Amino acid sequence: MKSFTYERPDTPAAAAAAVAGTPNAKFIAGGTNLLDLMKLQIETPAHLVDVNGLGLDTVEPTGEGGLRIGALVRNTDLAAHPRVRKDYAVLSRALLAGASGQLRNKATTAGNLLQRTRCPYFYDTAQACNKRQPGSGCSALDGVSRSLAVIGSSEACIATHPGDLAVAMRVLDATVETVDGKGNERTIPMAEFHRLPGDKPNLDTTLRPGELITAVTLPKPVAGTHIYRKVRDRASYAYALVSVAAILRKDGSGHVAFGGVAPKPWRVEAAEADLQKGAKAVTDKVFSGAKPTEDNAFKLKLAERTLTAALTQARA
Amino acid sequence: MRIPRVANMSRRDVIAAATACAAMGTLPVPAAAQPGGTERPVLTTVDMTVNGERRVVELDTRTSLLDAVREHLHLTGAKKGCDHGQCGACTMIVDGRRINSCLTLAVMHRGSTVTTIEGLGQPDHLHPMQAAFIEHDGYQCGFCTPGQICSGVAVLAEIKAGIPSHVTADLNAPMEASVDEIRERMSGNLCRCGAYSNIVEAMTEIAGRPA
Repeated sequence: MKSFTYERPDTPAAAAAAVAGTPNAKFIAGGTNLLDLMKLQIETPAHLVDVNGLGLDTVEPTGEGGLRIGALVRNTDLAAHPRVRKDYAVLSRALLAGASGQLRNKATTAGNLLQRTRCPYFYDTAQACNKRQPGSGCSALDGVSRSLAVIGSSEACIATHPGDLAVAMRVLDATVETVDGKGNERTIPMAEFHRLPGDKPNLDTTLRPGELITAVTLPKPVAGTHIYRKVRDRASYAYALVSVAAILRKDGSGHVAFGGVAPKPWRVEAAEADLQKGAKAVTDKVFSGAKPTEDNAFKLKLAERTLTAALTQARA
Repeated sequence: MRIPRVANMSRRDVIAAATACAAMGTLPVPAAAQPGGTERPVLTTVDMTVNGERRVVELDTRTSLLDAVREHLHLTGAKKGCDHGQCGACTMIVDGRRINSCLTLAVMHRGSTVTTIEGLGQPDHLHPMQAAFIEHDGYQCGFCTPGQICSGVAVLAEIKAGIPSHVTADLNAPMEASVDEIRERMSGNLCRCGAYSNIVEAMTEIAGRPA
């Protein structure tokens, strides 16, 4: 690990200003992804701004009947929050399907969204990776790509966003609240928070340098059965090959987003009108234009079948 | 490989040195090296309460909580397995929650309360979970055991506190320390000897005891 200086400010604006004003600085919250990457010298900050002293760790009701989740609410606490369990169960389920108990105790709401979109070649410093080293090429394109993206990828990168929380946040139409180094606040809809790689796969999100997430806000609850169905190689503590975050009603209508298939949570709202026609009608539209590799083409069928299982579960 | 002859070098120091050399031999350092970092190491002071005792250590900002406890405080119960949060051998209970101590910085834990396996119990006054692991043969080589036991104690506390898991059927109903619940919640602790079923038995026994 490269050495670094460290500070722990006590206001969000001061933290944002510290990162904006220091060369090669990064925020650290739970640290479960950043420290992993720092040990491998894939991330090499010269300065760490610890945001754990900022508060931002409460879940509050909003005036619109929704919830405002502080950036530092731990995954365990968010999954267990009574309002989330009752009204946003897809979020509880997604969180509980991710990582291990130890990691969920540390990982934060904002940090989970900011975990790197990544692939095994991103970790392998002996191999080319445009995300790790822009312009060096992509070893995954001709490599082992079973777990990688089938849609939304580019010639430069086929990494997958590995998170579960983000998929649930996407189907819930969450918005991300931020503050920058000058104290300016803005909100970013989840649909626009993660970016597709294009020719700049080193950028995972639309956040600007030094911009700090302060909260994630959920609109008022959407009626229906909340389902998060994750298909993976192990029954626990593994990334999704395919996941489905869905809110489905008895009449078959609802909302659905997919994880494990793209560089960001994958949702095509226009396809949701076809939910009553069954899974295939929906996934045909959602995955229209998909460019799977030979290794991961199975994900398209798996996504359809996982949605079929979710629809069956909702009708039960 | 020649092991450097240094007076008072412990077995662990030798292993650490050998591991460092091995890592240097396999990593293409110049190719892998990314720009960044500071020119010199940065030292800082951290105070925390470890197993009920206030401890103050001076360390490099890069020091993980695990290395601080093992190398600076010489509490070597918690083990370094993968050093990447995957195996759970380093599990400690920090501010009431089990975490991977390898995946957090000591400097981020100023003022924290840390419990390691040494703080749970000692040979002459075992924690009930330690006694149950012995009773049920919940280990073979023992390397993962301190992490398993810290995790096991915390898992039962999580169930008692009503924190749901992936296998909890009804998110809004009280939950029990069933075999399925224990297995799911312990998935962050690997055991290459495969003592899993005996670990579940040990935990089930403790869960069944009246508090």
